[in-house]
Amino acid sequence: MVAIPAQPATPPALASARRLFVRRAAWRWEEIAFWVLAAASYFLFSDHLVLITQAMITGLFVVSLDLMFGYAGIPSFGHAAFFGIGAYTAGILARDGWGDPLTGLVAAALIAGVAGAICSQLVARLHGIAVLMVTLGIGLICYEIANKWNSLTGGDDGLQGMQVQPVLGIFAFDIDGKVGFIYSFIVIFLLYLLARRLVNSPFGLALEGIRENIRRVPAIGIGVRVQLAMAFTISAAMAGVAGALLAETTQFIALEVLGFDRSISVQIALVLGGIGSLIGGMIGAIVYTVARDQLSLINPAYWDFWVGLILCIIVMSGTGGVVGILRRSVGWVVTRVRR
Amino acid sequence: MADFVNILGAGIAYGVLLFLMAGGLSVTMGLMGFANLAHGSLSMLGGYIVVMLMNWYGWPFFAALAMAALGAAVAGLIVERTVFRRLYWGNELDQVLLTIGVVTMTVAAATFIWGAVPPAVHVPAFLEGRVHLGFFDIGSYRLFLIVFGGLLTLGLVLGIDKTSFGAKIRAAVDNRRMTVSCGINIDRLFMLAFAIGSALAGLGGGLAIYLVGLDPSFPVKYLVYLLVVVVVGGLGSIRGTLAASLALGICDVLGKYYIPYLGAFIIYGVTVAILMVRPNGLFGRGR
Amino acid sequence: MKVRVARIAGLPLAALLLAVGMAASRADDATPLKIGVLGPRSGVAAAWGQETDSALAAYMQQHGDTVAGRKIVLLRRDTQGQADVVRRVAAELVSRDKVELMLGLALTPEAFAAATVSTPTKVPVLIVNAATTRVLDHAPYMARFGFTTGQEVAPFGVWAAKHGYKKVYAIYTDYGPGLEAGRVFKKTFTEAGGEIVGEVKPPMVTPDYSPYVQRAKDAHPQAIFIFAPAAGHPVAFLKAYSDAGLTEKQVQVLGTGDLTDENQFDQLGDPALGMITVFNYSEAHDSPLNRAFVKAFKAVAPSGMRPNFIAVSAYDAMHAVYLLVAAQHGKIDPDKTMALLKGMKFESPRGPVMIDQNRDMVQNIYIRRAEKVDGKLQNVEFDTIPMVNDLGEQVK
Repeated sequence: MVAIPAQPATPPALASARRLFVRRAAWRWEEIAFWVLAAASYFLFSDHLVLITQAMITGLFVVSLDLMFGYAGIPSFGHAAFFGIGAYTAGILARDGWGDPLTGLVAAALIAGVAGAICSQLVARLHGIAVLMVTLGIGLICYEIANKWNSLTGGDDGLQGMQVQPVLGIFAFDIDGKVGFIYSFIVIFLLYLLARRLVNSPFGLALEGIRENIRRVPAIGIGVRVQLAMAFTISAAMAGVAGALLAETTQFIALEVLGFDRSISVQIALVLGGIGSLIGGMIGAIVYTVARDQLSLINPAYWDFWVGLILCIIVMSGTGGVVGILRRSVGWVVTRVRR
Repeated sequence: MADFVNILGAGIAYGVLLFLMAGGLSVTMGLMGFANLAHGSLSMLGGYIVVMLMNWYGWPFFAALAMAALGAAVAGLIVERTVFRRLYWGNELDQVLLTIGVVTMTVAAATFIWGAVPPAVHVPAFLEGRVHLGFFDIGSYRLFLIVFGGLLTLGLVLGIDKTSFGAKIRAAVDNRRMTVSCGINIDRLFMLAFAIGSALAGLGGGLAIYLVGLDPSFPVKYLVYLLVVVVVGGLGSIRGTLAASLALGICDVLGKYYIPYLGAFIIYGVTVAILMVRPNGLFGRGR
Repeated sequence: MKVRVARIAGLPLAALLLAVGMAASRADDATPLKIGVLGPRSGVAAAWGQETDSALAAYMQQHGDTVAGRKIVLLRRDTQGQADVVRRVAAELVSRDKVELMLGLALTPEAFAAATVSTPTKVPVLIVNAATTRVLDHAPYMARFGFTTGQEVAPFGVWAAKHGYKKVYAIYTDYGPGLEAGRVFKKTFTEAGGEIVGEVKPPMVTPDYSPYVQRAKDAHPQAIFIFAPAAGHPVAFLKAYSDAGLTEKQVQVLGTGDLTDENQFDQLGDPALGMITVFNYSEAHDSPLNRAFVKAFKAVAPSGMRPNFIAVSAYDAMHAVYLLVAAQHGKIDPDKTMALLKGMKFESPRGPVMIDQNRDMVQNIYIRRAEKVDGKLQNVEFDTIPMVNDLGEQVK
């Protein structure tokens, strides 16, 4: 039960509000562990940098979905549209002469953000399965547009001829993925910090309020449409940056960045990691990507089966994903130890 | 004029085909509120049962169809009892993701068991070829589907509206808690409804494969269409599903005939448009 | 209590499965010549994987698994048809698994993505299926063993015009290969004196071809040129065609070979009889080498699977690998390999083949008719356009 002060003018109320936010914003151990491990993987898993980079990019994508779904409560089967828009923005710029990676990210964020703002209006009045269907439809329409507009996107063959310049003019992207890894890591970490600030602010609380009870929330002065539009825009922009990172580090993109498969995968990764905890998004993405990779090594033709099985097990055990399990296990251990 | 009627006939047949596959989904998803994306897997199972029985054991077509319905019902029940029923009261996304997991497994399993090569599908000779009806012609099989679909709808609608079983289902859709407090065993009700929905899925799959082919990716290919038809029609309404199937089938075929450039956009565009105007679907009642 | 156990059990169970998987994958231990086989093996294109693996197994069954003292080891990877997966998998195969060659790739985006790895690392890649011409332009270490769309369609346009089909309606799927097929056919067909009376482009997901066939019928053509990719389109087209009351006598079907792919044939059934198609390989090709290939293939393939154009390309690629390894006495030097490939000629189950100076495939293109042979539907070759290159031109 969260007490949102109606009139934060009184000092005791203000102080308690501050304490609330400080508590919420405190770094959990799993977050610290994750980021330390991620940074260390540059040395520990130097053979697998490309895989880890792609997993982290997926992580950023999943975190963006968490903002919308975990915090604001809007599910989506079309989130890949924003990822793809960001990827193609950076890709097309790099193909047509503007290869600077950092500005490519900014452009991707802007355009994907605008798309998100537009979509928020389409989805505003719906809830439940209808939202899933409309977002699905939007995602599929984007895919078709990209497919048909092949003079711009290269269509089905993919976008060729991307020339990505070195980062800051100095660090060129290498085949081993070292520069790609460091570049992506820094961008993703910074955006993660931004996401944390957002959810641990009054804005974040407003989103949670919308998720819990969209009808009551206007009664305490929260404008639903405006907050949703902002959440959508930020989420879409973040997804766009993730897409742009993928385009820049692989220097080739094809239509599937916008596809239904990707939209579904990101939802799965989010549930796997744990909804509503931000770090769950990163963890879920890593687990999902690594699992898929390893499973397909064992059995190149039927690994799908095991992925489906693991997904079923995770959903049925209803634990709130990996993060939920971790916290519960640690809590259980701690309670035992205390006795 | 004859052309227009021909195309309209094709559109109606396509719509009926969608309904035959989606009818079961309307029962499970609409009436039970359980987002079952694995519905297509049951249709695929029905299809493979028909193929196996006819090609390997020489069964006649209609007997194989009946077995497809039965087989799918049994499979559906097993999955429902072991896996799905835990999530009836859960949130929609969990159900969706669980059933996606199931679909993934069934596609891989089908590839493993039956291989990726599409099998041959045969139907009795009297269903091949065309039929001349007054001033237009139509493929015999498509005509058969339309007639069959019509009878099936009639059966379903009568079943829902006129029987006490149907009344209990409708009550459960409108107000689950109240129904339970009336002493009705929701668990058994849902079990039966799911069995019926699964049987319909198997039957629909067995009927569809002659026109659309069969391979392990069947559940995924038609997933989007099935969802669209059920949601646009309105959850909880068989009539709605039929209306949406026919509307989408006709719009899609007519659209592709007159404005082929728009091809793929039509279905998605129409879906988004309808849902924005009527968020609960055409005949939906809101939950 | 039970609930709590069930709740905690979820992740450890998943982790266990993962650990087993990782342990099992350690089984890739160090053996002589490693070749990465990349392509889609799951999902819609799963048949590609089965065809390729069976063909490679058939070749190694016939010729043993050792060349010039080195044992051939195939590392199979699933790319799911996705470009970013291809890039990652290819990079891992090169840097982690130390493969010396790669073969595979079913789709054009996969080939482009693989090129981004092959070119800087200088690992030769033998393309088994990706059919767009431009793929080889900026990829000096790639060679093609399949075919290009232009290669099969360009001579077809000329053939059709010269054999009495003056008015043709074109139907081709709205995506890369389809658009190329349509463009090339229209060009060579009209240049040879034919007239395109209309065209339409069905989207990738088309369960029902009725509107398109009806449009074709309205235009009263002598024949329909159709490009229909293997996944579901041929059967939908054929159903709509027969439902519209069309027969080969009224409106001849002139299709690209994907229409009558050996693995689609059974599904099409008798209504497919009489369809004329163009392609580079037919299971019914009349040569001792092909008969031996078909026999070896069926011995190792899943039951019911027939060898098709994918299988023969993989088979030929493997043959080339053996020739390359033998010629270099067990070593694979990238530049020497590519030099050896240029101008390489040999007899394939499909007919004579040659890799030209552009590292592309030059082969016979056959015009076939669907007929029943020994109770099975086959593409029976009745006309040949010899030694066609990737642009559809004949070379000597």
